[in-house]
Amino acid sequence: MSAPDRERRAVNQVAVAFGVSALASLGLAAVYWQGGQNQVEGVLLAIALGGLGYGFVVVARRLLPQGPYTEERDVLPSSEGQVAAFETDLERGEGWLARRGFLLKMLGVAAGALGVAALFPLRSLGPNPGNSLRRTKWRRGSLVVDEQGEPVRVRTLEVGGVLTVFPEGHLEREDSQTLLIRISDENVVTRKGREDWAPEGYVAYSKVCTHAGCPVGLYQQDVKRLLCPCHQSSFDAVEGARPMFGPATRSLPQLPLMVDDNGLLRAQDDYDEPIGPGFWDRGR
Amino acid sequence: MIIQRVARWIDNRLGASRAARTTLNKVFPDHWSFMLGEVALYCFVILVLTGVYLTFFFTPGTKEVVYHGSYAPLDGVKMSQAYESVLRISFDVRAGLVMRQIHHWAALMFVAAVIAHLMRIFFTGAFRRPREINWMIGVTLLILAIANGFTGYSLPDDQLSGTGLRIAYSVVLSVPVAGVWTAFLIFGGEFPGNEVLTRFFVIHILIIPVAIAVLLGAHLAILVRQKHTQFPGRGRANTNVVGARLWPTFMAKTLGLFFLTFAVLAALGGLAQINPVWIWGPFEPAAVSAGSQPDWYVGWLEGSLRLFPAWETRLFGFEIPNPFYSGVVIPGITFMLLYAWAFLEARVTKDYEEHHLLDRPRDRPVRTSIGVAALTFYVILFAAGGNDVLAARFDISVNLITWVFRIFLLVLPPLTALLTYRLCRELQARDHEKPRPTAVLERTQSGGYVEVEEPAGAPRA
Ligand code: FES
Repeated sequence: MSAPDRERRAVNQVAVAFGVSALASLGLAAVYWQGGQNQVEGVLLAIALGGLGYGFVVVARRLLPQGPYTEERDVLPSSEGQVAAFETDLERGEGWLARRGFLLKMLGVAAGALGVAALFPLRSLGPNPGNSLRRTKWRRGSLVVDEQGEPVRVRTLEVGGVLTVFPEGHLEREDSQTLLIRISDENVVTRKGREDWAPEGYVAYSKVCTHAGCPVGLYQQDVKRLLCPCHQSSFDAVEGARPMFGPATRSLPQLPLMVDDNGLLRAQDDYDEPIGPGFWDRGR
Repeated sequence: MIIQRVARWIDNRLGASRAARTTLNKVFPDHWSFMLGEVALYCFVILVLTGVYLTFFFTPGTKEVVYHGSYAPLDGVKMSQAYESVLRISFDVRAGLVMRQIHHWAALMFVAAVIAHLMRIFFTGAFRRPREINWMIGVTLLILAIANGFTGYSLPDDQLSGTGLRIAYSVVLSVPVAGVWTAFLIFGGEFPGNEVLTRFFVIHILIIPVAIAVLLGAHLAILVRQKHTQFPGRGRANTNVVGARLWPTFMAKTLGLFFLTFAVLAALGGLAQINPVWIWGPFEPAAVSAGSQPDWYVGWLEGSLRLFPAWETRLFGFEIPNPFYSGVVIPGITFMLLYAWAFLEARVTKDYEEHHLLDRPRDRPVRTSIGVAALTFYVILFAAGGNDVLAARFDISVNLITWVFRIFLLVLPPLTALLTYRLCRELQARDHEKPRPTAVLERTQSGGYVEVEEPAGAPRA
């Protein structure tokens, strides 16, 4: 093919591409007008843009001068003379500053003080953590309720059953979410010192993973293990939710339970340690 | 012509003709890999365009509302204003869903293009003097791109994004000494905190985009000042740039690239569903779904959190929790090394010269092997971020697959480095075997032949 032929073909291609693009744009407007449809909108927009893109690429590759052109690079560093001249001019101020060293120091103090003062408003961004990471909403005698707010009775769960529970009046509280598991039908001792924490086989662990705080949502009944879906830490539900695998380093805190005279489950007290992921002074 | 009249009017007031002419004649070398940075730039432009549209309809509120929109399965469900407004954008705002999906796809492609561009710069040695400043700006842009992706991902307040926020909060909490206060100041209190959506919204639509725009401006200004690098080849030297001029050839080419990038994203936004938040449901603190996956560019962090062994440090009653190592130290080292690389390499090779000619990766076997090893490391972390999905797919235990990944993480990078090194050497040897023409004959337009000399010793591109 001769050069003029090739050029004519390229011109035709570009013209068709731009034409298709224009039609697609009209279609796009029409589709929108008719109420819109996600897939059709996407496709028409793609054709409208793609036609333009294709056209421009053909223009660039076939119709415009290709070169190659050569451009010399500038030398990046300035000449010695220019640098020296600049330094002299800089000296003008610097010399003055050096002679007024004391003023410079005072300026430093003032600027520093202003900087520090400017940081103070950051404090408005959030409350004092206080002991909010160390306490949940569980209290001595809190009624154990499920996600609908219904109290939990001894007969609510079969052996092997699980339920997410909250202290009454604090549904959906992130730090108080607790996993109630019935692992047996008689008292369970998960660890020494927790002899009366799991009446009638009901054990309750904080549902907030000690690794990075995801809800530990899965209970594998056959092996009596809890599994965190986020990074696959698993905890032994029989032995005080001791971590078995994965990145979690600490057991899930256990909530001491009791059964009241009406057969309702209640907490004996709050958790005896901060729930959830670790932080610097957690042990203090 | 009108353009000339306008140009003259402007020149009379600004005297811009000379600078404008230099700009028009600016030479751009041609290589496919030079387009990666352009694609990243255009993704950002597309993100801004679609993002502005979305801000008109999005409400960053946590106040609880009851949904009564046109998506029937969630009718009557309690949710935050933010989640409700995303449903509205997806189902009730005309062209809302396609905009939202283009926006999400563009974010995914933005980070991908930035990383591909970074790899190009790394493996060809384009970061060497005088381009160290632009290298560091580039690394900062990568961090900002990831950060803006994460904040944007968090805004719809759906179940997945809530889980991501919960983990981010715990990672901040894990920082020694300042962690608790920092987490409380960022989230406005204990997680979930009522402020975080509003704050992330401001960060996502104002602070980070402006920072990206400013740094991008600097990135490009420095590029114009220093001119492009180029691969060695006939007529190319450390002192010149060979290629097409900005006006009109390069202009047409890059406009074409912009439209094609946008076209691909539009097609994806229309046809490929992304982040269907109506399926994940509104965020509830006590719920989490198995197999939840973050956007791809956070995958390596997710993998790091999953693979890191159950270690923590206790000192004098204080503790450094596990997520600090996997969620702060590992990314911290990653970005530190990236920032420092340009200087580290110059230090080690004692090469402080100006370089405008690019290396072929094979000619720098050590750098190339280190790069490949690092890449292997992050690809394994990325894969490990989906270890539960992989375990379910291949029906093996998560524990086994986690251990396999831990071993891979230590063994594979040195192995791939070694292989790369051998491969580079092999390729180099092959280059030497090939007979090289001592001169090249070129046909001139008039039909005669001239002998064009190749600069001695210059490898061919
Ligand atoms: S949050 Fe549970 S394993 Fe990471």
